[in-house]
Amino acid sequence: MGEIAIRVEQLGKRYRIGSGPRYHTLRERLTETVTAPLRRLRRAPEGSSSRGEVSTMWALRDISFEVGRGEVLGIVGRNGAGKSTLLKVLSRITEPTEGAALIRGRVGSLLEVGTGFHPELTGRENIYLNGAILGMRKADTAHKFDEIVAFAEVEKFIDTPVKHYSSGMYLRLAFAVAAHLEPEILLVDEVLAVGDTGFQRKCLGKMGDTVKGGRTVLFVSHQLNQVRRLCTRCLWLDGGRARRDGPTVDVLNAYEAAMSELAAQRDSSGQGGGEATRFLRWEVEAPTRERPNVLASAGPCTVKFVVHVARPVDDGQHGVALWNSEGQVIWATAVDRLRLPAGDHELIHGLPGLPLRPGVYRWQVSLYADRELLDNWYAVPDFIIATETHGHPRDEWAGVLNLPAEFRVRPAG
Amino acid sequence: MSPTMKVLAETERAIGPSTEGDGGTALLLIRPAGRTALRLREVWQYRELLYFLAWRDITVRYKQTALGVAWAVIQPVLTTVVFSIFFGRLAGMPSDGLPYPLFALCALLPWQLFAHALAESSNSLVANQNLITKVYFPRLVIPAAAVLASLLDFLVAFVVLLGLMRYYHRAPAAAAWTLPLFLLLAVALALGVGLWLSALNVQYRDVRYTIPFLTQLWLFATPIAYPSSLVPQGWQALLGVNPMAGVVEGFRWSLLGARPPSPVLLGVSVLATLLLLLAGLWYFRRMERTFADIL
Repeated sequence: MGEIAIRVEQLGKRYRIGSGPRYHTLRERLTETVTAPLRRLRRAPEGSSSRGEVSTMWALRDISFEVGRGEVLGIVGRNGAGKSTLLKVLSRITEPTEGAALIRGRVGSLLEVGTGFHPELTGRENIYLNGAILGMRKADTAHKFDEIVAFAEVEKFIDTPVKHYSSGMYLRLAFAVAAHLEPEILLVDEVLAVGDTGFQRKCLGKMGDTVKGGRTVLFVSHQLNQVRRLCTRCLWLDGGRARRDGPTVDVLNAYEAAMSELAAQRDSSGQGGGEATRFLRWEVEAPTRERPNVLASAGPCTVKFVVHVARPVDDGQHGVALWNSEGQVIWATAVDRLRLPAGDHELIHGLPGLPLRPGVYRWQVSLYADRELLDNWYAVPDFIIATETHGHPRDEWAGVLNLPAEFRVRPAG
Repeated sequence: MSPTMKVLAETERAIGPSTEGDGGTALLLIRPAGRTALRLREVWQYRELLYFLAWRDITVRYKQTALGVAWAVIQPVLTTVVFSIFFGRLAGMPSDGLPYPLFALCALLPWQLFAHALAESSNSLVANQNLITKVYFPRLVIPAAAVLASLLDFLVAFVVLLGLMRYYHRAPAAAAWTLPLFLLLAVALALGVGLWLSALNVQYRDVRYTIPFLTQLWLFATPIAYPSSLVPQGWQALLGVNPMAGVVEGFRWSLLGARPPSPVLLGVSVLATLLLLLAGLWYFRRMERTFADIL
């Protein structure tokens, strides 16, 4: 690792929650001031020295890590794990309770798109205002103005108040301003979860450019495929603490395994015994096999779904569908006149290959007996395709297929 | 804390936070704050944002209003009419030898600037909470921008005052050059009180309901409808504790050539303003760390 851009040492942030002394009106404050000494007197014999009703919560505790210049660190974790708090502390919106962080370079943070947009102002006015709020100089904004407008595709409406914009236009404009920030260190929180998928892809492309430009980026997202695509390293936060820090592949695999374990626990506790017919697990088999849910090679592969059949099925139908992260069915098929005795079975689909763009996919499998649904399962963990990319280098041109096309030129005729 | 961090923390304590380091590389240390520092240099670095926020407030204020910027004129003019009828005519209030409408309007202008700036700045943090919870910048910029935006209404209404002076054949007095100083005093006072109230308003939303009442009382504690000469000599210093008394007297003196304000009154006014402003700055800085957590 070269020069260090961010160093975080034992960072902690404590919030007061519940019925602690967070007064909302002066009257409560006054009442509290008057009654506090009395209460303390009353409490004293019980030996409680602290003020009982102050309950605190560590949103972040004992976090230490370093980020090198030009590194792109993904931050993952469940809701409430402390991801946003970490970004808020690093962007100085809120102060840490303990520890310290050292940042070398100009910081731009993007915790929301369109912060400070005013509905009464025109697109043009909002670009300048939003730029100033995000820390851009007026001259910089003016310099990039045309680029921003073109990126947002709102040329015709630039002098219309944004309250007349469609929500899509509004978000495009908001993101366009943010995307043209050029700080040395960029802190991004879940902002790409907006807009239509086409624009999302364009934003990802822009983000990818940022990453290639050698900028240091901290990237929080729930969409693991985005993290996988943009980040080289990942930090997994769990309950305010760092659970794992390392290469993206390792951390995300561990994270996904833990998440599917949680889901499995929920499933098995929800269903009594093994008495119902249901899908249990799935895996992919290919020549080079990393993990049961990861396909890392082109060429033939086999997908297996294990199903537990409680009562014999005479005339069964089995369906399978492959979904991409944008909710499109990539491929689906159905098998009928299936005979399955009671017990566990592997339903095996042999495929000549899945030439799909690397990313996260999901299997959906179903089993019917005499047109009556026995089980419909969105398979966990997600299906990850991690083959070599042959597509267009820019993300917004990444298609659905990933084909190693051959190219040559020869004289015609 | 590692040795590097310790050294940095020491340096920071000695020379202040180094947001703009040498060679163009900014170096920033984030840690729980110890002492409260005013850090006014940082506010200066964000002056463009100050300008943009003030510009936004001004632009937005009169959008979708039928009368637009005329509101800046209507309010002081109507108040002057009411004061002239009730205090000037019916009550026969003395006006230091000046035509009563001129006497009243000349005082109402700085007063309305103050009252408006105070109301706007007190509510500014709550009104801009979406910014505070999502972006970092010195929070001081927000109430300061609200005060700055109030100046436009003053300037518009000031033209009306000049018109009224022409009507009464009054040229600006020789001391007119001191007018900006009294204007500055009014602005500083509005900011000082605004800082206190805006920070309090974050935690106690009661403040918002207090302000109309507070300004109403304050209006009558200020010699606007009446001259300060009505107050006995021994009480002049007490009157000066309300710095708006100094501002209003100063306006009448510098613009209309009225009796000069008593030095005692003026001195106390300036001192009180400085005290309020400095204490307001300090209190605001102390409270701003928790704004994002409370809002």
